[in-house]
Amino acid sequence: MRREVPLILTAIVGITMIIAHFIPPLNILKNLFEDWFFIIAAFAIYLGILNLILVNGDKIYKKQKGWLFGAVVILGFLVITIIGIFFSGGKSFQDPGTPFYYIYMNLYYPLSATMFALLAFFVASASYRAFRARNVEATMLLLAAFILMLGRVPIGEWISAWLPEGYRLGDAADWIMDFPMTAGQKAIMIGIALGVVSSALRVILGLERAYSAGE
Amino acid sequence: MNETTNQEKKTFWEKLLSIDRRIIFLFIAVAISVPLFFKTSLDMPVSPVVQEVYNAIEKLEAGSKVLVSFDYDPGSMPELQPMAESFFRHCFRNNLKVIIMGLWPQGPLQANIALDQVFKDEDIKAKNLQYGIDYVNLGFTAGNEVVIDRMGHDFRESYPADSRGTPLSEIPLMRGVRNYDNIDLILNLSAGYPGTMEWVQYAVDVFHVKLAAGNTAVQAPSMYPYIQTGQLAGVLGGMKGGAEYEIALKRPAKAVSYMFSQAIAHGVICLFIIIGNIAFFSLRKKKTS
Repeated sequence: MRREVPLILTAIVGITMIIAHFIPPLNILKNLFEDWFFIIAAFAIYLGILNLILVNGDKIYKKQKGWLFGAVVILGFLVITIIGIFFSGGKSFQDPGTPFYYIYMNLYYPLSATMFALLAFFVASASYRAFRARNVEATMLLLAAFILMLGRVPIGEWISAWLPEGYRLGDAADWIMDFPMTAGQKAIMIGIALGVVSSALRVILGLERAYSAGE
Repeated sequence: MNETTNQEKKTFWEKLLSIDRRIIFLFIAVAISVPLFFKTSLDMPVSPVVQEVYNAIEKLEAGSKVLVSFDYDPGSMPELQPMAESFFRHCFRNNLKVIIMGLWPQGPLQANIALDQVFKDEDIKAKNLQYGIDYVNLGFTAGNEVVIDRMGHDFRESYPADSRGTPLSEIPLMRGVRNYDNIDLILNLSAGYPGTMEWVQYAVDVFHVKLAAGNTAVQAPSMYPYIQTGQLAGVLGGMKGGAEYEIALKRPAKAVSYMFSQAIAHGVICLFIIIGNIAFFSLRKKKTS
């Protein structure tokens, strides 16, 4: 039953959601399943919190390598949660002026933005080391990258201002975005859509059991 | 003598190829940070995809309702936050009613940050905008595309109350809003999943509501097929899209000022790629000869 029940549930819900699109009276069932989905999605945060505390708590308890970072994670979680729930004006905790807003602006936002900003440095270093015109395809990729990198910023206009209008770097970048890039994107999107249909059918029909325990 | 010269040239190109990456990091850091201290006014043409976003908002009559979905976090703030502020300036300037929501947990907070900034403008301050009458923040609801789908039937199925816990029936702005039929335009600021793609698939394709978007530079190319089919009214792609939108609004702000920094950084990266390729080909030529 441990294997059969999830498969049966998946099949019933999946088939209902598909058919409801074409048979409107089935929308009652569809809405019910979506309500259940809302509850499960909201409950997922509690699972996440529990997992966070268990993993990091275990690391601290066993004094494993990097246990101090685990302590920082749990401390940060507790501080922000307590301040957000008890000291930030109840349900208006996200409004400007609250302690929660202050922590978000002065702690979370700079840290989060910094982590993402590090990518710029690694992209530059990787481009320098890996972007080589080794063959025809690599050369075409390199040329397209140059045109787009320069054409999408004002420096492209400065460099190619001497060219007639319509033939400048910015225009070349727009052409690449409108035609070859969009053509490639359409092909990729259709491929992904066919893959999603195939995967969904496999899951609904019980052919794909990777999510089942012990399979 | 020729052998000695050849050895010196070889050493130079090899040294160049194996340069410590911290030197590259330093160049990038200077290229990005130094231009921020210079005030420049950049003139750039407004591309058609950005102009379409501007026109979509400009065509709306005063009192029209615009749903703005904030689907990003602080990591994408440099690209998307200037767009958010420009959207709000445009909507409030044209006396549109703004309904804010988020499919990402940080989204509604990002909206509050943008509102906080926009409300400092003298012309916006003079309008004396009221929460619940001119704008409302519905907050975040977990559920991704299911939220979008349910809002197409009834907003209250996804958002029974706003971010402050006030039931929608008690908010004057939301009294006449039941579903997308009562929304004149959706503006989506997106950095990933769930985002613009889900809004196109579940809101535009099913409920035929008009949608315009602001995306990060990485995500924007994926939206071009939707523009060509008319599923998306227009898209602001990356910081350049945000800068063009500010120029179209005739109010250059953060995005325009950041573009100088981005331009120099792109130039430096291109220079590094050129140097790397010259070194690579010089070494390869020497090895074959």
